[in-house]
Amino acid sequence: MSRAETVPVSEAVAASAARRPSPLWTLGLLRSELVTTLRRWRTLALLGVLAAVPVLVGIAVKIQTRGGRTVDHSGQGPAFMTQITNNGLFLVFTALAATLPFFLPMAVGVVAGDAIAGEAGAGTLRYLLVAPAGRTRLLLTKYTTVMAFCLLATLIVAGSALIVGALLFPLGDLTTISGTRISFAEGLGRALLIALVVAASLVGIAALGLFVSTLTNSGIAAMATTVGILITVQILDQIPQLHALRPYLFSHYWLSFADLVRDPVYWDDLVKNLDLQALYAAVFGSAAWARFTTKDISA
Amino acid sequence: MAPYESDDAVDAARVDAAGDEERHAARRKAARYAVPVAVVGVAAATIGLVPALAASGDPDLPRITAQQLIEKIAKSDVQQMSGTVRIDTDLGLPDLGGLANNLSSAAGKGSGDGSSADPRSQLTSLVSGTHTLRVAADGPEKQKLSLLESGSEYSLIHNGKNVWGYDSKTNDVYHGTSADSGKEHRAEPPATPKDFADQALKSVDGTTSVTVDGTERVAGRDAYKLLIKPRQSGTTVGAISIAVDAKTGTPLKFTLTPKSGGAAVLDVGFTQVSFAKPAASTFDFTPPKGAKVTEEKKDSAAHKHAPEPGRDFAKGMNGADVLGEGWTSIATFDTGAKGGLPTGSRGGDFGGFLGSLGEKVSGKFGKGTVFSTRLVNALITDDGKVYAGAVTKDALVKAANEGK
Repeated sequence: MSRAETVPVSEAVAASAARRPSPLWTLGLLRSELVTTLRRWRTLALLGVLAAVPVLVGIAVKIQTRGGRTVDHSGQGPAFMTQITNNGLFLVFTALAATLPFFLPMAVGVVAGDAIAGEAGAGTLRYLLVAPAGRTRLLLTKYTTVMAFCLLATLIVAGSALIVGALLFPLGDLTTISGTRISFAEGLGRALLIALVVAASLVGIAALGLFVSTLTNSGIAAMATTVGILITVQILDQIPQLHALRPYLFSHYWLSFADLVRDPVYWDDLVKNLDLQALYAAVFGSAAWARFTTKDISA
Repeated sequence: MAPYESDDAVDAARVDAAGDEERHAARRKAARYAVPVAVVGVAAATIGLVPALAASGDPDLPRITAQQLIEKIAKSDVQQMSGTVRIDTDLGLPDLGGLANNLSSAAGKGSGDGSSADPRSQLTSLVSGTHTLRVAADGPEKQKLSLLESGSEYSLIHNGKNVWGYDSKTNDVYHGTSADSGKEHRAEPPATPKDFADQALKSVDGTTSVTVDGTERVAGRDAYKLLIKPRQSGTTVGAISIAVDAKTGTPLKFTLTPKSGGAAVLDVGFTQVSFAKPAASTFDFTPPKGAKVTEEKKDSAAHKHAPEPGRDFAKGMNGADVLGEGWTSIATFDTGAKGGLPTGSRGGDFGGFLGSLGEKVSGKFGKGTVFSTRLVNALITDDGKVYAGAVTKDALVKAANEGK
């Protein structure tokens, strides 16, 4: 058992003296994790792709509606597509609706899958554990980092969409999908709320990815498995014969964020979504903890 | 020797300690893996038990006779309310999905009106599946009905003289005025439990038994359960159960079960209801910029007869003769299309497709095809007559024979 705790006696004594590091020290660990994650070219490329989606959607709608033509009325494509020309703020909703089914969770799957397995693969995990962090604390820090990435990725999509929407389309009072009007400030508030809900929707797959990441020492394998699970679940959610299973699939209520653009807001599915994400986080978070705190670290 | 001995002892102790540690580690591992398992267990128990706990305990309400309850519904004068309604329709129709949509939009275009915001093209979707609606009302002048879809919403807003339909998916707006139709004009198609209950209570006569069947809680409110059962044979209607709010007399839930048993054909109930005045802004509508606005055609008489899913499907038809009375009434009309299916002229393939859904019957009247659902059956004879009603196949054939 090459557990990190079985370090030479002199070091162990020194470590046990420092076993209860100040909360500040934990923040330091979190900061170093965040910086490491965000400095990776891979992460930056993912965020770049996410930021480009609203730009593409915005330009496509602009070109299509040039010269006073209205956008395609068939109602195809992501939700809110037809309203973008009324109000640039709708580009935020469209961009999130377009990226939530695949781009966003894929990015989260890559970061979460890499969290532990990537360190193990690069041989840096045991050095991390030599520091008096403790495995539980390290895992929590990793999970917090992944969740911070969820929020950052969502805010980047929303922010990019807001900028593109403001540049290409008029802003102003907003017609909700229920047909009522709300002020631009309230619309902006709802857009922020939607971004937070979308980020929270990714908490489930983040926990799942972290669990997968504790199972293997290969970062690539963990990422591929997580993204594979994502695709499988999305397909299962489309099969009508499996409707009994659907409410338990983490992606089932993802698009319920659209209910925040109703007036009054329809909370039922939103609450179900958040409950489900919390359940996934609890189940796979604790499974990751059970695995990570008891497994042999050989790399 | 002594040092060696002591070394041995230490080694033995080490081995023991290592064994202990291994056993300890195995126990610890098992204990830790028990945590996610326990979380799953607690979640499963919560999902299983909470609805059971919430459903337990019917409210204790003073006893009331069926007559008093019907009077309570009639006297009920709720002007202001809002709520969420869930409609479950299971007519046993094949799930045509996109095909049905195509057909209805084709029909819409056929009548020279392609707007997806037209109430007629929207509300046909209620005929099958599960839908969530929102209703709000503030007096006879202001009503709103919204059909909640994933990522979009269809709203029908009646405010004073204006009737607006807004489909957020396509950004289409439909505008009509209710002034010419007078006060009796109904902006809303039947969608709330009250609409269905009113229809059902109209048919309460000698052919029906009406009882109060205990109490229940609907949308967090105490309610009486009114049970309506047809006494006649030959109808496909098994029973109708209406939950009536004990305080206001408003029907909160309407369930229609077929005689053949199984799931309800129609289940309409509030999942959330409030009798407070809805915000005035709920009923304000201005077409958003860039929306395509379609004006109502003045001659659209059909508008008043929005498609009525459910039992009174037959009665709602224009220009139909009604045979029989009560639950076994059968609507009949002549399509004038000799040669069977009225769609036959639209192409052999499609007619053949429809024919394959029906069942060939023959009798004194000649030959025909019966189309069955779990509630409504229809007989289309080869000489173009249609008989339809919430009655059994045999009753249709009998009616056709007598009509000859």
